[in-house]
Amino acid sequence: MSPADTLRFASRAALGYPLRSALMVLAMSIGVAAVVMLTALGDGARRYVVEEFSALGANLLIVLPGRTETGGVNPGSFVSSTPRDLTNDDAAALQRLALVQRVAPLTVGNSEISVSGRLREVLVVGTSADYLDIRGFKVASGQFLPREDFGRASAVAVIGETIRAELFGSQNAIGRMIRLGDRRLRVIGIMGPAGRGLGMNSDELVLVPVATAQAMFNTNALFRIMVETRGREALAPAQRQVEALLQARREGEFDFTVITQDAVLGTFDRILGALTLGVAGIAAISLAVAGILVMNVMLVAVTQRTGEIGLLKALGASARAIRLGFLTEAGLLSLAGAAAGFVLGHAGAWAIRLAFPALPAWPPDWAVAAAVGTALVTGLLFGVMPARRAAALDPVQALMKH
Amino acid sequence: MAQIELDAINRLFQLGDSQVHALRDVSLRIEAGEYVAVMGPSGSGKSTLLNLLGLLDRPNAGHYRLEGRDVTTLSADEQAAVRSARIGFVFQSFHLVPRLTAAENVALPLMLAGIPPHERTQRVTAALKDFGLEPRAHHRPEELSGGQRQRVAIARATIMRPAMLLADEPTGNLDRATGQDVTALLEALNAAGMTLIVVTHDPTMGERARRRVLMEDGAIREDLRRAPEPA
Repeated sequence: MSPADTLRFASRAALGYPLRSALMVLAMSIGVAAVVMLTALGDGARRYVVEEFSALGANLLIVLPGRTETGGVNPGSFVSSTPRDLTNDDAAALQRLALVQRVAPLTVGNSEISVSGRLREVLVVGTSADYLDIRGFKVASGQFLPREDFGRASAVAVIGETIRAELFGSQNAIGRMIRLGDRRLRVIGIMGPAGRGLGMNSDELVLVPVATAQAMFNTNALFRIMVETRGREALAPAQRQVEALLQARREGEFDFTVITQDAVLGTFDRILGALTLGVAGIAAISLAVAGILVMNVMLVAVTQRTGEIGLLKALGASARAIRLGFLTEAGLLSLAGAAAGFVLGHAGAWAIRLAFPALPAWPPDWAVAAAVGTALVTGLLFGVMPARRAAALDPVQALMKH
Repeated sequence: MAQIELDAINRLFQLGDSQVHALRDVSLRIEAGEYVAVMGPSGSGKSTLLNLLGLLDRPNAGHYRLEGRDVTTLSADEQAAVRSARIGFVFQSFHLVPRLTAAENVALPLMLAGIPPHERTQRVTAALKDFGLEPRAHHRPEELSGGQRQRVAIARATIMRPAMLLADEPTGNLDRATGQDVTALLEALNAAGMTLIVVTHDPTMGERARRRVLMEDGAIREDLRRAPEPA
């Protein structure tokens, strides 16, 4: 029997029992669709987070005080335990590096803001003019913090949209005085509605010059220094320059950490990638169940068609031809199931994207390939036993069952 | 050398704890082109004999030589090849594949033998024409009458031009008139040189055969030959 004939015969056999074939294709397609959709969801979440981070600016270095080892506790952690603070002078020095484009020192603290009797708790961020561009924020009205020396404690503030609405309502806020902690500051700008940015919501922030914040919180230390490099290629050399400079500024002591955006991103990427993989694994269980169903359906088919198998044997079909016929049938049903599941899964992912436009729920190619591949392999694997049983039937006994 | 030579064939079936001797020491010679009716009561071993002749079953003892070749020792697939090329089967219940059309049913043996589609179509068309089934070629078995079904089955059995045709109660499911048509068809094939072995209950059909083998309790009781009809 030629392969083309085997294929034709098997497909006719599959079509000859439409309900049974349809149910099996449905079961298989649900398995494949589950893998495609769930991985789309997982990978969509991963991409969402990655995009959020990319919104922060791709060529960003973050300098933290202290030595943070990702490897846990090491002997060094016991030797020098009091790191030197990062200061405005450090930030200013970094700004002079050739590969550095922008620098924003960061001091963060909680304080109370009050305007004509209205009071609320706010997060105060002390920073500089470059922070706006580094974070990709927009100013809705007025202006951002003035470009000035990091040491200058101007009495100005830029407030978030929510703060403005709560404190000033419909009145004009620009030029008004606010009390922040024990200081009186003039509002010079309002932040635009929050763009996409992880962590702090710019709607509820009060931004002040870094020196102002330091005076308010009575400290010289910086929480972070954010450094934007000139282009993405400059990231690695800039990181080395930043490290060398800061090390030189603290007598060779390496008591700070420079992390890249990529490192943070990479970690999230790995965690969410593993999550997607795990979800795919769970969905794959339904494929195994579908495989067992293939076996069941094919066993029923062998029983149902015992007379036909006897006839084929009487007509001179070899055991191999019968085995191949049934295996081809199982393969075809799995293939149809995989194809239907592929379409169904993509439709589901499309529906998810429609319902949650922010989530780029596209199934990753590897998951689609793996789902379809697994469907075919399980279908064929579970088809082997019924096919062998068919081929081993005794022709006389088989012919009697009609 | 006869076409079919059976020597001391024994076939035993185990039914629960009792043994059934379906065939005892059956020896039989059938020449090419003979017309043999195998008759006898139910359980006399007729069908077992036919299954053995058709290589669907193996004897427990004895030898079966088909065209001079001992076929009892062949493997299952070798026997399948012999069935494909040399033996045609006609069954009481037709055994047509319900989802295939008449033409596709007739083409089955050709397909199994790996004959290319082009040649297949030609031979099937010719066969359907010979058997007067042309207008029914694309009908499924359920759309055919009993007589038509059996003619499709006979067309299928002979499409590979086998040396012998084994028919198990070919008229058993047909009314008298159609049964006679089918018998006439089988006899015409025999007249063209094909060995015809028919298992039947029907005495009138048995009467028509040139040779009658009467079986009882798994043994051949009588082997009657009718003298050739005067020309």
